[in-house]
Amino acid sequence: MEGLLFAAAAVAIAIVLGIVYVVVSESTKFFAQVSVIEFLTSTTWTPLFDNPQYGIAPLLTGTFMSTLVALAVAVPLGLLVAIYLSEFASPRTRETLKPTLELLAAVPTVVYGYFALLFVTPLLQGWLRPLGIELPSFNLLSAGIVMGLMIIPYIASLSEDAMRSVPRSMREGSYAMGATRLETAFRVVVPAAISGVIGAVILGMSRAIGETMIVVVAGGQMPQMVTTPTQQGATVTAFIAQVALGDLPFGTLEYNSIFAAGLALLVLTLLFNFVAFWLQRRYREAY
Amino acid sequence: MVAVDVQKVRDITAHPPGLAARRFKDSAFIIWGILATIIGLGTLVALVSELVHDGGHRLTLAFFTSFPSSDPAIAGILSAWVGSLLVIFTTALFAIPIGVLAGIYLEEYAPKNAITSSIEIAVNNLAGVPSILFGLMAVGIFVQFLGNPNRWFAFLPESVRDGGADLFGQSILTAGITLSLLILPVVVVATREAVRGVPQEIRHAALAVGATKWQSTQHHVLPYALPGVVTGVIIGISRALGETAPLIMIGGLTFVAFLPITRPGDATFETIGQLDEYGAAVDPGATEMVRISHDGVVVLPDFTERAVQAGQTIELPHGSTIQSVATWGDAIASWSPTNWLGQEFTVMPIQMFNWTSRPQAEFLELAAAAGIVLLGITLLMNGTAIWLRYRLRKSIKW
Repeated sequence: MEGLLFAAAAVAIAIVLGIVYVVVSESTKFFAQVSVIEFLTSTTWTPLFDNPQYGIAPLLTGTFMSTLVALAVAVPLGLLVAIYLSEFASPRTRETLKPTLELLAAVPTVVYGYFALLFVTPLLQGWLRPLGIELPSFNLLSAGIVMGLMIIPYIASLSEDAMRSVPRSMREGSYAMGATRLETAFRVVVPAAISGVIGAVILGMSRAIGETMIVVVAGGQMPQMVTTPTQQGATVTAFIAQVALGDLPFGTLEYNSIFAAGLALLVLTLLFNFVAFWLQRRYREAY
Repeated sequence: MVAVDVQKVRDITAHPPGLAARRFKDSAFIIWGILATIIGLGTLVALVSELVHDGGHRLTLAFFTSFPSSDPAIAGILSAWVGSLLVIFTTALFAIPIGVLAGIYLEEYAPKNAITSSIEIAVNNLAGVPSILFGLMAVGIFVQFLGNPNRWFAFLPESVRDGGADLFGQSILTAGITLSLLILPVVVVATREAVRGVPQEIRHAALAVGATKWQSTQHHVLPYALPGVVTGVIIGISRALGETAPLIMIGGLTFVAFLPITRPGDATFETIGQLDEYGAAVDPGATEMVRISHDGVVVLPDFTERAVQAGQTIELPHGSTIQSVATWGDAIASWSPTNWLGQEFTVMPIQMFNWTSRPQAEFLELAAAAGIVLLGITLLMNGTAIWLRYRLRKSIKW
């Protein structure tokens, strides 16, 4: 029986190895034909054209831009919610609001894509037109905003957990010195919980980087160097999905290119996980 | 002697300078907190009302009993919801046993060593891996490698190779396994937490009366942990249900006009002429002479059906499909797991995505209607999980 149990647990390792193996081995075939230097430095990504160019930069700018917008929405909102729920709300309110907000993370992303394309974009177009900004119907701004709304629960819920695990005595010490709840929250609780808060933000960020359907539906699928969020653009994930939607002839350079893009995504995700791990250790407060 | 104005000292301690302003900021923050919460909840409300407004009127019985079609007036999600059901069933079949056993192992059996900690690191990291990477892995392993036994396993007997080719590739089995790997961390983590919550006394009592470790786990620990496990499984399954990207990777179809379960493995489903991705003929005017090889029906481009018999030769317009016998009797008679596990498929999120990416307003209505169904099911499942967790916390006090 124990052998069976171990085998089940070992599946997790097999999956990790499987992902790394497939992505790396197919990317190796890609890099046998495209130089790593072109991949990293070229600013054009047109693998489906007659004269293909393979610079990952446009896809990375798309990913960074949409992630940046998502974080700009989710970090302030998520932290406000977390501080409110942890320090101000009554236990009853908290017990009701927290799971309800967590539903935001349960909505299928393709539904969010529809929402971004057909609700948020028209809304923003109406708001931005008086300011003289013409928002195209595909853009990274609304994709990013909706991604941000989607990751609010990740940031809010995990930060709130971190804040609530700050010992009561520290709050009481602060109150005894005459601090208000708000002062206690910002000067005692948040600094004490900072490693958990950082972890929560980075988890939200990984979600945003890996999110596919919202950007595929609402972001446009044209890879270009993105400088403002109102542009349309393709993310790394959007490109992979776009190629997969067509016929995928095995062994062609085009087929291998999605694995190279996948490798970039994998490296990016691992990098942020590592940074999160490091930051958490660096700023961990032990009680 | 300086006269101390006692009253003044009291005033200062009770009302230090600036206290009013600090108190005001304190209360004002509550408004910000509530505002942020309302934006979150408002998103849910806006999402639901947008979908209902756009597609609510398309939610008829016919929507659930019709195949997708290039004519939006008669298109439905029959193949999509059946596909989702079969894929999810397959997912559960793999994810539940593997996830629960893995969770039990890590919590009850695992020795403290390098292998255990690498399993733990793997589980924790998998939760943060983008779902599309699971799709890439599935393409490499299940579609290209196991799905092409003739290329890789030429040494195996042909019958085994054919079986592999039938099962893997762009099939329901591949989709189910891929999604089960995707939700595995959710199930493992939930199981671990639930098992950890069962007090040691229960285990000690079981072991004291002579139970083996597995008996104690199976008969005593697991039943108490069950509600927590079920909560995790429900959340995992609901995530799998809404997952689109990995299934697009492994070739979930965007246009499926047959049901895997009513289509016997040896039945034919033949389209005449070249079709575009939406199932309409590229050249609508063209016709072709076709010899019918099995009894069945022909579905013409205008979706009228006519019965045909083997041996007939008839002229059919491009965009027609010839479907051989697909009666329930035939389906049952020829039923075997491979018949549906190895079939190509579509699922509801892919169907919704397909309709969303089309410009015509009628298809967007269909997308919204599919979105309502999808959102309704996932929110219902998550609501159930939350309710279970809440009940669990209230009813069990160790």
